[in-house]
Amino acid sequence: MAVKYPDLQELDVQVLAMSTDSRFSHKIWQEEELSKMVEGGVPFPMLSDAGGKIGQMYGVYDEAGGVDIRGRFLIDPDGVIQAMEVMTPPVGRNVSELFRQVQAFQLVRKTKGAEATPSGWQPGKTTLKVSPDLAGKVWKVWKPEEAF
Amino acid sequence: MSEEAISCVQTAKGPIVSQESPSSAEDQSPVQSKEESMPLARVGGKAPDFEASAYVDGGFKNIRLSDYEGHWVVLCFYPGDFTFV
Repeated sequence: MAVKYPDLQELDVQVLAMSTDSRFSHKIWQEEELSKMVEGGVPFPMLSDAGGKIGQMYGVYDEAGGVDIRGRFLIDPDGVIQAMEVMTPPVGRNVSELFRQVQAFQLVRKTKGAEATPSGWQPGKTTLKVSPDLAGKVWKVWKPEEAF
Repeated sequence: MSEEAISCVQTAKGPIVSQESPSSAEDQSPVQSKEESMPLARVGGKAPDFEASAYVDGGFKNIRLSDYEGHWVVLCFYPGDFTFV
């Protein structure tokens, strides 16, 4: 995600990373490892959720392990959660899917909900014009093959 | 000596539960209510606010989620430093 950060910034997306580690640990991790993986290191704030209280509110705190598991929350400019994805630790995120969701939710927001994005939507693909007339008629304007 | 960097960062509040109960017209205490009812994250709902200490741009500061209103935010939890994010 750090690598794609400039692209996210272009979409006006701010990134906040959070774990139960202390800010000091974040600093050392940045200096010892991250700065060697990504030029300049991780460019977004790394937050400390010591004690897991914040993770609990977001349903990602694993009490047995005392850690926040991998969870990603997309929050819109009104502070409303539009999407979430929570996974157990061994599988990493897919930043491409995050981009897709950001672009889809931004389109919906821009059209004030007049347009919706069907399954597998990518920028440039067909959107659905939301109206009562659409009910039962989606097959006319959208084909399942477009989802892939 | 070099304690300065530590001491100038105040303890972060953690979860911030606002009292926006529509029932109480005279909201007397501006103090945060404790953790009587912790809000839970759900899609379509307000993202629970918090304040957390952060490492950013080589320094330490406290960050509050609500400071980011007006922007899209991706909040990522991960199991721990020195794993992959």
